[in-house]
Amino acid sequence: MITLSENLLYIAFVLYLLSIPFFGGAIKQKKNLGHQQNSSKSANIGIVISILGFAAQLGFFFTRWSIAGHAPVSNLFEFTTFFGMCLVGAFIIIYFIYKTPLLGLFTMPIALLVIAFASMFPTDISPLIPALQSDWLHIHVTTVALGEAILAVSFGAALIYLVKVIDQTKNSKSTTWLEVVMYGLIATLGFVIVVSAFSFADYKAEFNWIDKNDNEAKVEYHLPAIVGPNQGELLTAERMEPLVSVPGIINAKKLNTVIWSFGAGLILYAILRLILRKRIGAALKPLTKNINLDLVDEISYRSVLIGFPVFTLGGLVFAMIWAQIAWTRFWGWDPKEVWALITWLFYAAFLHLRLSKGWHGEKSAWLAVIGFIIIMFNLVAVNLVIAGLHSYAGS
Amino acid sequence: MNQVKCECGHVNPHGTILCEACGKIIEDGTQITAEAVIDMRYEGSARRSQTYNKSMIDKIWNFFSSVKVGVWLIIVTLIASSLGTILPQEMYIPNIMPVAEYYEDQYGWFGRLYYDLGFHNLYSSWWYLLLVASIGVSLVICSLDRVIPLYRALNKQRVIRHESFLQRQRMFGTTSGSVNEKSYELAIQQLKKKRYHIREDNGNILAEKGRFSRWGPYVNHVGLIIFLIGSMLRFVPGMYIDEVLWVREGETKVIPETDGQYYLKNVDFKLEVYDKEKDNEAFGDALDKTGMVAKNYQSDVILYKTKGNTVAGEEPELEEVDSSSIRVNEPLKFEKFALYQVNYKLDELSKMSFLLTNKSTSETFGDITVNLYDPEKVYELGNGYSVQLMSYFPDFEFGDDGNPTTKSKVPNNPAFVFKMFSPEKPEGEVSFVAIQQTIEPLGDNEYKMAFNGIETKDVTGLTVRKDLTLWIIGLGGLIFMIGVVQGAYWNHRRIWIQRKGDEVWVAAHTNKNWFGLKKEIQLVLAGTEINEPSDQLKDNQVDEGETD
Repeated sequence: MITLSENLLYIAFVLYLLSIPFFGGAIKQKKNLGHQQNSSKSANIGIVISILGFAAQLGFFFTRWSIAGHAPVSNLFEFTTFFGMCLVGAFIIIYFIYKTPLLGLFTMPIALLVIAFASMFPTDISPLIPALQSDWLHIHVTTVALGEAILAVSFGAALIYLVKVIDQTKNSKSTTWLEVVMYGLIATLGFVIVVSAFSFADYKAEFNWIDKNDNEAKVEYHLPAIVGPNQGELLTAERMEPLVSVPGIINAKKLNTVIWSFGAGLILYAILRLILRKRIGAALKPLTKNINLDLVDEISYRSVLIGFPVFTLGGLVFAMIWAQIAWTRFWGWDPKEVWALITWLFYAAFLHLRLSKGWHGEKSAWLAVIGFIIIMFNLVAVNLVIAGLHSYAGS
Repeated sequence: MNQVKCECGHVNPHGTILCEACGKIIEDGTQITAEAVIDMRYEGSARRSQTYNKSMIDKIWNFFSSVKVGVWLIIVTLIASSLGTILPQEMYIPNIMPVAEYYEDQYGWFGRLYYDLGFHNLYSSWWYLLLVASIGVSLVICSLDRVIPLYRALNKQRVIRHESFLQRQRMFGTTSGSVNEKSYELAIQQLKKKRYHIREDNGNILAEKGRFSRWGPYVNHVGLIIFLIGSMLRFVPGMYIDEVLWVREGETKVIPETDGQYYLKNVDFKLEVYDKEKDNEAFGDALDKTGMVAKNYQSDVILYKTKGNTVAGEEPELEEVDSSSIRVNEPLKFEKFALYQVNYKLDELSKMSFLLTNKSTSETFGDITVNLYDPEKVYELGNGYSVQLMSYFPDFEFGDDGNPTTKSKVPNNPAFVFKMFSPEKPEGEVSFVAIQQTIEPLGDNEYKMAFNGIETKDVTGLTVRKDLTLWIIGLGGLIFMIGVVQGAYWNHRRIWIQRKGDEVWVAAHTNKNWFGLKKEIQLVLAGTEINEPSDQLKDNQVDEGETD
């Protein structure tokens, strides 16, 4: 049963991957066609494959639910895969409203990246600690994921907008920042590749080290140690000695992973630039030739309008109700709570700027990008780095 | 106040930009007339902040009524909030050393700086609260400044609009030549099918729907204000109670803040962990990796209420009210109170027993059991043997002066000074007994108190909570959600179909989702002789479409 469940996730992953070239093909075919025309055959195939993938992932979700006895949204792997699934779901719905295959070409890779990223964390089915044993787990967490996924669609649309609107004939702040965003996505891919490669090679290196309270401790690296732990002593034979070591207050293992990811990202990015001989943004630009700018702006904005109430409901309202039940108070300034508030404040500012200050188009697109970065920060950094009451969600 | 009369006859308040009734541009602003599409925000109504700027109150009003100021307040609050997550807040650090030292010890100079800047208690700092309060003020003033004129303008709008108003709508188109009445009928029918409210005046049509979505922002702001007021009420005495209650198994304790009305007995505390054998076998791998995982924290308790009036000092008469289990996520509720399972201590020492033993012969002369919460003074063993407990230190340590003392009343490390009486030593021998040590301060003794076992009890840590602000906060949250959904999921759409000379003019406006509006116009005008209006901003990057 567990194998079946995991296989369903693989199938979903492969189907999502397969859908991308079809969405790409749809753009090539659709010379000079607006959104109102009948969608092309290629796009139809793409969306059908996406729906099949979505169904497979739903299968993964519910089989895992029945095995575990609780909704699989209780650790970082489960939550992040669910977030990826919601992203695909949100895309499918918006596709049927606006019929834009280009959105698939941008959203599906992001969803894939999210799911691949999730799979780098322990995938064991874990029992629920007492604080999590509540129906609010299902209600709160799924609503948050859905809200964030809808907001992520606005990021996908914003990216299309930026790729199309930014003038690539000359160097500017906009071209640079767009490259930074592209690099961020590539570095995530770098993380996935590096972790998978060394995990496949079964790389393990154990260290003795001295923690910040001057106690001896052991740590096992799964990547070669560029950054070693405080006064680290390599125990495993034939493994790379760390190049530098950091004070005990810093988590050397996580820092090492971050350095590996950004390094691998940099190499991938450099290779891409060498092959393409132009900026990534410039290379993607031709894909957006036939898209109507107003339309993607509207998709991006509407996603925020739809996602914001859902996020508020899940991330703040349901969160507060559950916190009152489980932790005796509805609000406790736990880092995860604070970052949910920050996300909410940010999108509130986004809506005010758009409605009252007339921040449309490019400005609005950049805001959608920043919003997505904040969401990802709350998902990744707050779980893995800041850690608080919600840290059981990490690993 | 000088009011402005429009050529259509409607009298507008001072400061109006577009006539409330017909939409004609009233101010002589050359800027406005130069643009192809008029700014429809707030329907061009007269807003106090845009009209007056004389007195101090005007200035404060104008400052807070600006959305720009509001957005800046949000951004500053957002950045300030993020600063508080760099290091843990004071409430989350362990209570092992003075706070300032802890931050320096754990995080070096940065921790020190963090503490000195007051970031360890950022969310209750005066400046953070001031920021939140400013947002509150901004919410009220921004809303009042806009909602009243907007209401006037939408309420007073006439069906027939001025030509300049129609021409400068984003969606505008004309149809020349005669349009037959059937086209009109069909358009009206199709508008009705789309749930438009239709007003007609002399063959002109104003179709409108979803106006209530314009009130969404103001409804959600009201919700937020209620929420903020609710969270301030916590500081009113009696509204909010946050107490800790530790109860040992078997013990009955008064519940704090209930005026001695309620008592709680801890019957049993349970800590259960997941078991690989008995629980879901799917958890096996995870349990192998992480080791022990808690499954349940539970206190089985009995809740009592005092009967009648009790005189101070007298044991109250208790009546059982409820008998239940408090678990995480399942607090026990009574009246306005809730008791939450938040903490525990396993195996706290409760009793210790000793054997009075002759050191040379190892012969014993009876055992005593000391109740560590409430020890007796003298333990009689018969046959001329007895033990007197001279001093008791529940949480023993040596004080600064070298004498034994106790850190607390909790028996974490009990120590005793016994005086042992026997037929041989009727004056008694003094012995100091602590865990794993015995001191005989007055020379060698013939007898000793030999350790003979312990009994332990679990202690449960509960939070006693009363929060009378919850319903206000909940109400605020509910109103906010209603308002935000109202504003986000519905659109205010208006379509004007008007006869101007021998032409038919169509104009349309929406506060958002122009794509949806265009599709709807297509459907509404399908099969009629009326031309679809075109988007005057199409392919124009500098669009200024949405209002609100």
